[in-house]
Amino acid sequence: MSTLQKIRQSDLLHNFLRDPLAVGSFFVLLVLVAAGFLSPLIAPHDPYDTTTIDIMDSEMPPAWMDGGESRFLLGTDSQGRDLLSTILYGMRVSILIGIGAVVLQAFLGIFIGLTSGYVGGRLDAFLMRVADVQLSFSTYMVAIFIGAIFKTIFGVGLYAQVAVPFLIMVIGFAEWPQYARTVRASVLAEKKQEYVEAARVIGFPSSRIMWRHILPNALTPVLVISTVQVANAIMSEAALSFIGLGMPVTRPSLGSLIKIGFEYVFSGTWWITLFPGIVLVLLILAINLLGDWLRDYLNPKLYKGA
Amino acid sequence: MFAFSVRRVAQAVLVMFVISFIGFAIKYAVGDPVRDLVGISVSVEEREKVREQLGLNDPFVVQWARFLQKAMQGDLGMSYFFKRPATDVILKKAPATLELVICSSFIVILVSIPVGIFAAVRPNSWLSRFLMGASIVGVSIPVFLTAIVLIYIFAVELHWLPSYGRGETQMLWGVWDSGLATADGLQHLILPSIALSSIMLPLFIRLIRAEMKEVLETEYIKYARAKGIAPWRVLIVHAFKNTLLPVITVGGVQLGTMIAFTVLTETVFQWQGMGFVFLEAVERGDTSLLVAYLVFVGAVFVVVNTVVDIVYGLVNPMVRIASRS
Repeated sequence: MSTLQKIRQSDLLHNFLRDPLAVGSFFVLLVLVAAGFLSPLIAPHDPYDTTTIDIMDSEMPPAWMDGGESRFLLGTDSQGRDLLSTILYGMRVSILIGIGAVVLQAFLGIFIGLTSGYVGGRLDAFLMRVADVQLSFSTYMVAIFIGAIFKTIFGVGLYAQVAVPFLIMVIGFAEWPQYARTVRASVLAEKKQEYVEAARVIGFPSSRIMWRHILPNALTPVLVISTVQVANAIMSEAALSFIGLGMPVTRPSLGSLIKIGFEYVFSGTWWITLFPGIVLVLLILAINLLGDWLRDYLNPKLYKGA
Repeated sequence: MFAFSVRRVAQAVLVMFVISFIGFAIKYAVGDPVRDLVGISVSVEEREKVREQLGLNDPFVVQWARFLQKAMQGDLGMSYFFKRPATDVILKKAPATLELVICSSFIVILVSIPVGIFAAVRPNSWLSRFLMGASIVGVSIPVFLTAIVLIYIFAVELHWLPSYGRGETQMLWGVWDSGLATADGLQHLILPSIALSSIMLPLFIRLIRAEMKEVLETEYIKYARAKGIAPWRVLIVHAFKNTLLPVITVGGVQLGTMIAFTVLTETVFQWQGMGFVFLEAVERGDTSLLVAYLVFVGAVFVVVNTVVDIVYGLVNPMVRIASRS
């Protein structure tokens, strides 16, 4: 059987196609991600190119309203940037940070969770205590504190330059315990299996057993939480940017666009805030719905529905 | 039980110790208190003298011990910007934040319990399907966006409610600067409380629904029904009471999360609470105030979590036995 046929006849695809909500959210997500990453090609303007921006164009309403121009479909922001283009570029930044942060937290979490679960004993007790304590502080608070500390240490100017890697680090460090706990739980279950025993009898080193034998079998729950974690990371990024600890105004993400727009809401200029807000909610909602479906499909008993 | 409590308290103390270390390390690494004190037009020798007087030339550990000792007495240093003790600044703003958290918790309790029970009892009715769908959407809307939309609708367009600030406040008992005592203050509270509760509502509705569904499947509920007890009594007295334990535990932990979200809500509504002052401190580079907030909020988290854990251990013996092994 060819790979294509295998995919076509797989249980996963069948289950997926039968769920209209999952197909719908996958489609929305695909459109959003494609639009974000193709933004340099499809966006009508380049919001990073200051020479094409005219301050006289600022705060223009969407094209279908009085005073709107067909050049700017969704209107312009306070600096005269085309809102549609800025949203597309901003979404790319948000998605990049979201995925980057999840890769970092997954790496940290898998490494710590695997070590903790396999080695056990005092190290395990210590690492899980640390994870417990950090989780009890709520990831938002930890992220806000780390962001605030970085910003104070490095100053506003430098912070703006390296905002993307900073945000990835801040959100990554704030959320690793989720992964560590999940991985540890499945490692503890896998450790008792006979194939691990067999690998040990053959005399494989611990590191090989951990990474090559146990980890592949412990990956399902990691996949399940990964989708939700991407949504969470995008949300954290937006929140951090909104309170001024994230992306600078010159290179806006969805969160900082909302922040820019918020200052103009009181004068009735609602579109600068509303359109990036809708895109952000759509993005997070699509990922969450897909994550829900994946969780139900892969392991109906993993969570209690709460 | 005693041993369990002692272990939990010891852990809390250790965590506070670590927090104070992080706080002090930030203070040590960032900012120069001497320059903030004397300005730039003072000679190097005099600066050295001030440094020596303040004990800034002592080794790190000695200074940390001094910081700890002062922190125990509630002295977390002077705010560089306000020129007042940082603890005073934060304590003065604490009522604003706490009132916001209390009002939101109230909304969460009032709404999530009936909705959660309803969704569990009638899982197939269109209303509960709609409510559960709405709760998934609700989880995906960031709290600051809810807040902005609320402001735009109710303050900018309809002019029904004020858009920012705390309004008229009144001093209660000489220490508590309250917005609950005046009509104006209460009006200002409505929108921020709704915004803040919007982030917790979906979680609690889903939690209560899940726990309730599980309890309704049990034998003793069937027995109670068979005995002919009134349906509402079975629901409230027999079933709901047994869902309270997990709900209270999650509630206690989420109280901390709510404090984190007040930072966002307070920014949108220009609410003069602790979170607002904290962000101002970050903007101004007021390290002292930043560290004070870190230690203060850290202490709140640690105390809440420890109390919740101990109460949970009291009610549920499995917890303290499991932690013994």
